[in-house]
Amino acid sequence: MAETKEKSLSDEKPKPRVRPIVRLGIFLISHSFHVSVVCCTAGVLALFLLPVLAKNTYISENALMPGSASPMLSNQHVSDGNRLVKDLTNPNSKSSETGIESHKIIAQYMLDLGAEVSFHKFHPQMNQFHPLHFFSSPDSGKIQENYSCSSYGINTVGIIRAPRGDGKEAIVLVTPYNALKSGFGEALSLGIAYSVFSLLTQVTWLAKDIIWLVADSQYGEYAAVAAWLREYQTPKFSSLSTPNAEMCPDVNNLFELKGHSISGSKFSNSFRRAGTMAAALVLKVRDQNEQFEDTISIYAEASNGQMPNLDLINVVNYLAVHRQGLRVNVEKLWSLLNSSWLKSLGEIFESLAKVAKSLYPKWKFGIPATEYVEGTATLASSLYYQALGVPTGPHGAFRDYQVDAITLEISPKFSLDKVWRNDILLRGGRLIEGVIRSVNNLLEKFHQSFFLYLLTSPSKFVSVGVYMIAFALLIAPLPMVAASLYVDANSSSNCSKGDSSTPSAITDTDEHSIAIRSWRWLNSAKLVFIVHLWGAIVSLLPYFISQIPDCSPTTSFMIWVLLSILSLLTLNSVLASPLACAKATQEKEWALVKSVTISSVFIGLGLMSVINFATAEIGALLMVPMCLLAQPLKLDVRAGTLRSFCRMICNLVLGHIAFPPAAFFLLKGMLDGFGNANVGDFWMWVESLWAWNSATYLFIGMVELPCWVLCISILFHTC
Amino acid sequence: FDPIPSSNAKPPGVELWAVFDAPQHLIDALWKNLTHTLSGLFCASINFLESSTAYSAPEWSFPPASGKLRYGTLPREAVCTENLTPWLKLLPCRDKAGISMLLDRPSIYRGFYHSQRLHLTSTGSGSEGMDPGIILEQTLTVVLQPDSQRASLAHANEKHIQPSWSLSSIFGKQISGRCVLAETSNVYFLLDRGLVAELDHIHKENEKSEENVLISEKFWNNPSFELSAKPDRIFKEESSLLSKNASVLYKFEIEKYGESEPFDLGLFWKTPVVWLCQQAPLHANRFLMGSGNERGAIAISLKSTESSEGFMGSFFNDERCELRVDVFQVVPWYVKVYFHSLQVFVDQQPKAVSDIIEKIHVSPSKDKVSPGVMELVLTLPCSVSSAVLTIEFDKGFLHIDEYPPDANQGFDIPSAIVSFPNFHARMVFLENDSLNKSPLLSKFQEKSPVMSYTEVLLVPLTTPDFSMPYNVITITCTVFALYFGSLLNALRRRVAEEERFLKDK
Repeated sequence: MAETKEKSLSDEKPKPRVRPIVRLGIFLISHSFHVSVVCCTAGVLALFLLPVLAKNTYISENALMPGSASPMLSNQHVSDGNRLVKDLTNPNSKSSETGIESHKIIAQYMLDLGAEVSFHKFHPQMNQFHPLHFFSSPDSGKIQENYSCSSYGINTVGIIRAPRGDGKEAIVLVTPYNALKSGFGEALSLGIAYSVFSLLTQVTWLAKDIIWLVADSQYGEYAAVAAWLREYQTPKFSSLSTPNAEMCPDVNNLFELKGHSISGSKFSNSFRRAGTMAAALVLKVRDQNEQFEDTISIYAEASNGQMPNLDLINVVNYLAVHRQGLRVNVEKLWSLLNSSWLKSLGEIFESLAKVAKSLYPKWKFGIPATEYVEGTATLASSLYYQALGVPTGPHGAFRDYQVDAITLEISPKFSLDKVWRNDILLRGGRLIEGVIRSVNNLLEKFHQSFFLYLLTSPSKFVSVGVYMIAFALLIAPLPMVAASLYVDANSSSNCSKGDSSTPSAITDTDEHSIAIRSWRWLNSAKLVFIVHLWGAIVSLLPYFISQIPDCSPTTSFMIWVLLSILSLLTLNSVLASPLACAKATQEKEWALVKSVTISSVFIGLGLMSVINFATAEIGALLMVPMCLLAQPLKLDVRAGTLRSFCRMICNLVLGHIAFPPAAFFLLKGMLDGFGNANVGDFWMWVESLWAWNSATYLFIGMVELPCWVLCISILFHTC
Repeated sequence: FDPIPSSNAKPPGVELWAVFDAPQHLIDALWKNLTHTLSGLFCASINFLESSTAYSAPEWSFPPASGKLRYGTLPREAVCTENLTPWLKLLPCRDKAGISMLLDRPSIYRGFYHSQRLHLTSTGSGSEGMDPGIILEQTLTVVLQPDSQRASLAHANEKHIQPSWSLSSIFGKQISGRCVLAETSNVYFLLDRGLVAELDHIHKENEKSEENVLISEKFWNNPSFELSAKPDRIFKEESSLLSKNASVLYKFEIEKYGESEPFDLGLFWKTPVVWLCQQAPLHANRFLMGSGNERGAIAISLKSTESSEGFMGSFFNDERCELRVDVFQVVPWYVKVYFHSLQVFVDQQPKAVSDIIEKIHVSPSKDKVSPGVMELVLTLPCSVSSAVLTIEFDKGFLHIDEYPPDANQGFDIPSAIVSFPNFHARMVFLENDSLNKSPLLSKFQEKSPVMSYTEVLLVPLTTPDFSMPYNVITITCTVFALYFGSLLNALRRRVAEEERFLKDK
């Protein structure tokens, strides 16, 4: 603002000496068009360059020492694990209806190892939309009245106390298990966990306690883990309204299992704890697999794009690749792998790198085109899942309590013979053992390596310092364009007025009119504020709509749209119209509106980049061109040149794409094909966003949607 | 109750408490001297207790109390061989002869638990019949697991027998003779009350023989187990009102054994026996609640142990049966406890604090000066099955040079002490005549309240990024440069004057 004032002053009476920083500002503002074009192109280009700029991961924390000890997991432990798998897949154990039998089996196995065992009963908590619960820490006090005995889950928890540890810290191993319809994979994951567990009861190097949580996944893996964590971290001591699960008959006979057992004291009804959690591993084994290799997939994204410390991923990757010979996968957008334009882009980068290398042999930044395509696909999915803000697995629950956690999904090449099964048990078990041993070595909590990063492959990452550049370039033009628009609007109206009025009048009204004119932007600011208010109302609406019983997603969506439009019209008529009409006659009004819009978008994007970078990046990709290009269609039509025609087309296209539902359908269509797109899908998607308390939802409702509405209103501005 | 675990089980780290017989104003200075002396003596960083943030002065949690007591703990101080060696040096024969020969370092540190303890009592002129001097009492408590084929245990369902052991198999050494300087040198072997009861039970079932086989001379070679050496004496505990079971103590005199015939006590099990040690009336457990770097809560949960339930019922039959529990908790100053937020839940029902707490003494922490101390006396109904105390805290910020080297691990809250003054840990033996001679046995007979310690808690605090001083310096310098530049500009320049200057031109 200071710069613009300076500029307006300098127009009136030329000064001989302007300070260089101001001069630079004026220069940038006066050439804002070129600057913004250059910056935006550079921003997009930098985004596509990220896979090339990715660095190799390295283990930053020296104390981890992965793989420095030879694995101790022997065939003895594997056969123990195998025994459990057999017992669990045995048809006898599945006979009971509630699956309590298999919980008993697991608990008995744990007890035989000398671990402390307890059951944790929980009622699955439906995710509900709480408008004020964004960013708030997870709390315990959601009391629901409609608990019944039929709907509860049982987590089986086994704890090994470190014989020489001080019991202050713990490592959590989670295996989701659905007792009712468990696949072979789940049983196998239990087998792996059990073989590791049986090893860990004997080792002497343990410094942290080990918690093995068999999460009852019949109500979803996340719900079970989250319920256990809630009880662990924020227990509720008073049970006033909730009927206790102890009243239910089934649960009671669960606790009868060990009257005679040797370690009777080791089993307890109450909830057991073990210190501060240092790290958590979620282990899954996928049932079917069509690949040719044993692979292991790492899922790391937690809610709102939070990532676990990179060292945890590094350790898993290092051990899996270099010790166990497993292939490590990170989620990719598969559809991008076959796209030809990416391939050609990669080839261009490759050839550029070759040229650079021939010029100066020390420049080695090129990567092969195929690697580039893969890197881009991984990066895109990394961005997408972070932007979505929905955790990709049960590990997300841990991140809410500042515990680093990842999900490992082993997908073996499928065959049923015993040798193969033993092999998977051995290698999977050794991998888990190695990771646990590394984390066990850790003196401090994970803090050395990165928390803000994007993965381009399991062993390559882009750190925050690099990927911020792309974003900063994208949003850099926004304040400049806003300033230049403001200056233009002010000065041009000045000129026009100055021409029309008589010289005598200038002297009287000059001061006054300047004062009025310089406050004119407040009107536009009011408009922008009203639209943002509307955005807030729109984002609150789904809460009320979800209260309506028996609504299909499509109808809900329709109601939402209708209510939104209605509220926009109401707000417009109540608040905006009387004043807006008076000022609407002024020319260049749209420029002011655009200027304020751009400023607000800049603020919104800047804030969002702190909360969830990926969302801000994707939002900036959509919104920045739209904001910068927006200009009343009438002006373009009137001008009739090729340039304005192009701009008009761009505007129309962007105006369609940037509408959140349209963007969603476009993305969905690109990924899954347009055939099965349904209007209700958007509603479902939005529902999942708010259920997970994703900040993306707020961003869409309060930044992107208002921005779109404002841009559209600029497009159709009557000037 | 069993006096051995009650008085010897200690939390990890160093615990030091001392009663000073000195004027009030000298006590703190004496405490500092003491910490430094001990630290030098035992190669441990006990001197960290010197700073006033580390120790506290409990009012009435410890029996001899009266404001002259100082108490401090260092939960992170690990015990190691370098601490054991000076401890052994205090013994007349070190570890060269006598019972202390057993203290083979690898086997001790292979154990599950070990603690060394030093108890100094100065007997002034006041005590009659003794010369003025200092009595030094050294205790080493070790929990060891007999070597056994644990792998084979996993498969055996019912049939496995608890591992047999002998001194040589546990410690890898045998005792060959006593230390010449020692007046008495005895090994005692205690059969726990629960075990005796269980053995009794088995015995009766098997043989239907006459009662009281246990104290008979042949007990050391009974159907359940066999001792490799013949005990010199057997003490049987007086069965008291509290429990029908009595523990049995065997005494072995080392004097009889020599180089040629080393003493190697062994125990060979014949039948599987399962027994439980007697537990304190309430099982104390402490944990942290909440997450994040801002605030949290400490919860101390007391759960009644099943073993004591029936016994409490039988003992307190009258109407208003109350269980008294003392809780003593020290929190470092950077964990800013809000004492008003103390909440009590009994049997999952919130209770008014004044109903449960009979007496409370709180000294709030002062930043960087003194820790917060909380002493509580709770009276719980005997039928209580669970009680929870919660108290909230804010996490404070430390100055950068107050962080320890491994600050990212978190900070420890020393363990709380939960004691039960209604219950006493002591053993009363039948033969009273010989007891006076043995200090160990007379120690057992002393009346002391049952104590238990809770876990040490690890609180993660916010830590600065220690590895980035460069960045900090750069940013600070930039900010300073900008600030001073603009400030000087604003001070130096006068707008009106400049304009006049321009016009003049």
